[in-house]
Amino acid sequence: MRLPNWKRGSSEARRSPSCGGDARAGGGGRSFRRACPCGRERCRRDGRDAARAVRIRLFRRSRRAGACPRVAGYALNTPLWSDGADKLRFVYVPQGAPLEPDGEGLLRFPVGSAIIKTFAFGEGAERRLIETRVLLHRAEGWVALPYRWNDEQTDAALALAGARLPITTPAGEEISYRIPNKNQCKSCHSKDGEVIPIGPKARNLSAEWLTDMERAGLLTAMPESFDTLPDWSAGEGETAALARAYLDVNCAHCHQLGGAASNSGLDLRWEQDDPHAIGIGKPPVAAGRGAGGLLVSIAPGDPDASILAYRMQSAEPGIAMPELGKETVDHDGVAVVRRWISEMPHQ
Amino acid sequence: MTRFALGALLLAGAAPLAAETHVIAPGEGAQERLQEALILAEPGDEIVLEAGRYTLTDGLSLDVDGVTVRGAGPAQSVLDFTTQQGAGEGLLVTSDGVTLRDFALENPKGDGIKSKGADNIVYHRIRVTWTGGPKPENGAYGIYPVESTGVLVSHSEVSGASDAGIYVGQSTKITVRNSIATDNVAGIEIENSRDAIVTDNYVTRNTGGILVFDLPGLPVMGGGNVLVKNNLVSGNNTPNFAPPGNIVGGVPRGTGIMVMANEKVWVEDNVVMDNPTAPFMVIAYTQAFDDARYNPYPREVVIADNTVDAGARDPDLPGGEMLLAAFGGTLPPLVTDGLADPGSPDVHPLATHPDIRGWSLGLSRQGQPLAEASPAPFAAPAYTSPWDMGDIGAPAELEARLK
Repeated sequence: MRLPNWKRGSSEARRSPSCGGDARAGGGGRSFRRACPCGRERCRRDGRDAARAVRIRLFRRSRRAGACPRVAGYALNTPLWSDGADKLRFVYVPQGAPLEPDGEGLLRFPVGSAIIKTFAFGEGAERRLIETRVLLHRAEGWVALPYRWNDEQTDAALALAGARLPITTPAGEEISYRIPNKNQCKSCHSKDGEVIPIGPKARNLSAEWLTDMERAGLLTAMPESFDTLPDWSAGEGETAALARAYLDVNCAHCHQLGGAASNSGLDLRWEQDDPHAIGIGKPPVAAGRGAGGLLVSIAPGDPDASILAYRMQSAEPGIAMPELGKETVDHDGVAVVRRWISEMPHQ
Repeated sequence: MTRFALGALLLAGAAPLAAETHVIAPGEGAQERLQEALILAEPGDEIVLEAGRYTLTDGLSLDVDGVTVRGAGPAQSVLDFTTQQGAGEGLLVTSDGVTLRDFALENPKGDGIKSKGADNIVYHRIRVTWTGGPKPENGAYGIYPVESTGVLVSHSEVSGASDAGIYVGQSTKITVRNSIATDNVAGIEIENSRDAIVTDNYVTRNTGGILVFDLPGLPVMGGGNVLVKNNLVSGNNTPNFAPPGNIVGGVPRGTGIMVMANEKVWVEDNVVMDNPTAPFMVIAYTQAFDDARYNPYPREVVIADNTVDAGARDPDLPGGEMLLAAFGGTLPPLVTDGLADPGSPDVHPLATHPDIRGWSLGLSRQGQPLAEASPAPFAAPAYTSPWDMGDIGAPAELEARLK
């Protein structure tokens, strides 16, 4: 996966990444520029307008380089896997209302903030922007909206009902890629029925990025203390940490109390340390054929007997986990989770 | 005007009522048109599915309070998920006060309709069918409300579910009535739920007919206060086709009404015929567990006056033939494992009508393997008057919506 150079610790970040400022972005400078959110006023349409509009212009159409003030790109130590899509992530911070730290939890985003994630496939001249998912923080709460890029790669239009389109993944698999509908955004981005961001937690951001944001006046202060998820793409870290970070990011938004899969009793958050809650020796509840004939979510020492691994290894609806945002199997993710289960002592 | 006023009551404090009707027709783009309508609906709106077959490729979802989705009838408006490519269910509802009525789902890849944290939901004349009959490849649950207060399932029909046809879990104030469950592993299942009425249903050709279960390790614990009344539970003799690993995979073929690890379940006025393992089964949870909140024993279960045949002639139990021989060719209609909560010696696990004979596996501890059973005739104490069940079943407001 190629990421812009401002990914972590680069001096670019300190200057608050700008729309046109980085032609080095994965050989797709033009696309990168156009994937950048264009400005505050267009992000502040009210929720009903945004939902009703056939399309809302969040993106700069012009190829003209120019700064996008108060927009910062960011990357995650352990990112969510989505069929191998390259992701460009940005936060928009409103004037006079910087982000605030919240311990290890999410940064607190003031009303008026936006979080923007653009999905791209392909390299160099073949690179295509596919969709952009936008979270807008309005006075009445967060709203999550899916946008689909046009064939000309000049604009993205609201796709409330989502869409499917053919994609070849970096692994060479030809799939029917699913852009989620607006409600499906909420399936993952919800806790206790409210829409919330899930990615930008202090522990999943680099200290360098947080420092740069603070220096730029976009973050009020550094979080006082926070854990750090391992750099997953580099494969650095103990197996258990890599696996638990992977499950935290890819599964725990549903598998926690108040999440979409709370009724399963499975809690895969990083901070959960009850073995039964994370699935060790835990029988399935409503897994149906997703259980795959296996008796427990995690059978220590035996990934082949673990429902968790079985469902991660499947791309078939009704079996596959996660249920959304996945048409293919993340073999790297499966490998780490299997290794983690293998290394557990048999019980 | 009536409907509008009722909606106003329901949604007091919610967004202003628009009460628009959005008519959807089958055909090209049905997936997007229907999903957009489900997203853009306002509280009080009705989405009308014209008659016809809707070919869908992805799961649908509804997250707006107070919306009605109405078809032209469960045989007329059919959401066809045979070519579904994504999502864990056909339709997911996550908002309150929703009414689903008069349409069908066929062949969803996962569950049929799941409603989660969706209070005061009505399923009326909903059909969920896996058209290939009982198969382990079918989805798990047909009608699947969970973590909700106020659930009414009426005049609905589910067949082919590889777990439970109509499954209500981790919920309270539930009514399942006038519905048909056939060819599922479990016909109707009430799990980790309280204050439920299961009445006037026809439950046939499942592996097990009506199940009332309490399971450990879930966010919502402590099932009980359930009335199972006036159901026809007959011919539940389909071999268990649950994918192994599911709790219902352990339900013997030929089970009529089964209560496991629950308190205060009253079973009355049912017709229970041709269930060749056990017309009635009342047992403790069988597996090991590690959950201090959990009580694995049945407590105060009552098998009251029911119409039941002489008993079981073809039990799907280890040593079945020897059992039959020992009991003279027919097992008495009630089987229990013989376990009671050792922590509450004054609480009877089970009381029965004196005409309903029973036998016991004679187990002595929770989790004991069946190989150690020592079967023997069993006579439960006679029940006395029912406890005060309180205000159970779906709230009257849900029934009123169907008027």
